[in-house]
Amino acid sequence: MKGNPELNVNRPKAHRKAEITRQDPSASDNSNMPQVKLQPTVNYSDPLLRELVSHLRENRTQLREVWARNILDAKLLSAMSKEEIFSEVTSVYDNYVEVLETGSVDALQAYARNLSERIIPRGVETDEVIGIVLLLRDVLARSLFKKYQHDFNLLNRVLDAYEPAANRIANTVAVSFVQENVRIIRQQQEAIRELSTPVLQVRERLLILPIIGVIDSQRAKQLTEQLLRGIRNNRAKVVVVDITGVPTIDSTVANHLVQTVEASRLMGAGVIITGLSSEIAQTLVTIGVDLSKMNAVGDLQGGIELAEKMLGYKVKSVDSTAAEVEIDT
Amino acid sequence: MQSPPNSEVRVEVRSTIDIVTARQQGREQAMALGLSSAEVTLVAAAISEIARNILDHAKRGEVVFSFVQRGSQRGLQVAANDQGPGIADIGLAMQYGYSTRRGLGVGLPGAKWLMDEFEIESAVGKGTKVTMRKWVKDENSQLNHSR
Amino acid sequence: MQVPILKQGSYLIASIQAVLSDADMLQLRDDLADKVGQFRARGVIIDVTVLDVIDSFATRTLRGMVHMLNLRGAETVIVGIQPEVAFAMVQLGLTLEGVGTALDLEEGLAFLNQKTKVHAKPAK
Repeated sequence: MKGNPELNVNRPKAHRKAEITRQDPSASDNSNMPQVKLQPTVNYSDPLLRELVSHLRENRTQLREVWARNILDAKLLSAMSKEEIFSEVTSVYDNYVEVLETGSVDALQAYARNLSERIIPRGVETDEVIGIVLLLRDVLARSLFKKYQHDFNLLNRVLDAYEPAANRIANTVAVSFVQENVRIIRQQQEAIRELSTPVLQVRERLLILPIIGVIDSQRAKQLTEQLLRGIRNNRAKVVVVDITGVPTIDSTVANHLVQTVEASRLMGAGVIITGLSSEIAQTLVTIGVDLSKMNAVGDLQGGIELAEKMLGYKVKSVDSTAAEVEIDT
Repeated sequence: MQSPPNSEVRVEVRSTIDIVTARQQGREQAMALGLSSAEVTLVAAAISEIARNILDHAKRGEVVFSFVQRGSQRGLQVAANDQGPGIADIGLAMQYGYSTRRGLGVGLPGAKWLMDEFEIESAVGKGTKVTMRKWVKDENSQLNHSR
Repeated sequence: MQVPILKQGSYLIASIQAVLSDADMLQLRDDLADKVGQFRARGVIIDVTVLDVIDSFATRTLRGMVHMLNLRGAETVIVGIQPEVAFAMVQLGLTLEGVGTALDLEEGLAFLNQKTKVHAKPAK
């Protein structure tokens, strides 16, 4: 199977995507958000911070533009258009100043999550997001440097007040982005695990259903329905169900497996089960599953070989020359 | 999604032809409710079994369809009522493979597996009432409500 | 609703056209029994593609029908059981043990060709 580049994954991609987005984003609340504690001693009533805020407000237009240009020069957020970057930059800038003023990162956090949700699907990477926040930090620090360079002492104090706040902001944005990313990946994994055990067509008339992970009743039903549709759509005659990746099986699931085999047979397809560990085989015998009804073969390779023999034999009866070819390969 | 009608739909069961009618009626109701095509088939099969059970044991009776709601869940309820001899030992009747007649003995227990909920009441000499429900799966509704 | 039975070479094809009542099902059984004798058919295909439900009665009747036809010398295969129908059948615990099944008419013919050829000339 490994060497076969023509694996035909049956499940349409669009469908998978629809499943992924179905979960309500508010369901994963931020209660378990790891609060990164960097320099927790930001004193937001510091008069220096207030002075800083008014400086950033006064120079909003100019600083914002410098920042946007730096982002473009650094080729960050390349998935977005110039206009989009500029509009996001404005929002981030205003949120940024607000954090410095109020000390509350709530609004920024909400915005960063929202932004992440919008840009992750477009392929924006974590380093880009961290990059733009660090650029802003840099732009603002330079402007402070320029303003206070005549008084080295004052500059030091301003930077002392600014840096912890800026770090906190950078952290908030980066963590929000990473969390959003993790949430999306988790959702995708879950959706893939739950809904898309792929039915693979290895060659004409032969399907493989590799089952990975824990099977419960609900999933077993889904798998069976999917397999039966796959049999009809691919006109399959033999199906190899590989359960190497299934850790345990209880009696309910074992019965589902037997049902899958029988339902496939009703549609005229033979089923071969592979990867039945001795532990699972023992369980099946103990709970009284009739293994003689199942065509069990040790591993996937052996299962595919047997499947091809079965197909070859069946083809032979229709057209003996085709069968020779089939068996010899 | 259309709102479920409040009225019930009844199908008299007096001959084997009525099994087909009950099944078709059930299929229509299940589709109107928005059950998936696979589930519609399961419901139809279950109806077939309980309608047959009426004929086999009571000669006549009825199958009643209605939409039910529990919390935010919506479902199809199928009730089979008869005034037949009743079942003396429900536990035995629900045992897979047990049959009082030449059947396979899969009717009632089989129907139970096909549905989400299954209740049976019976009084000897008075009759039997089987009530079963199929709920519209959360996933479907979540899908419908997704952004 | 009567099920038309077509003769194709040495095979008979019963192609169910609409949902069947119990009586129709029993009628089909009797018709097939007659025709197999009449035409000395070597194979029978029962096409159930249109059936939306195959319940316990239908399963029992089909199984009996196939065994009876086999005993009368005609290999018999049931074709066209749909995915949902197969799924409901196994949920009900219904199987067609000892009964040949195939995906559709084409596969059913291939099945019969194979079965009847095996008898005619031994495999190499």
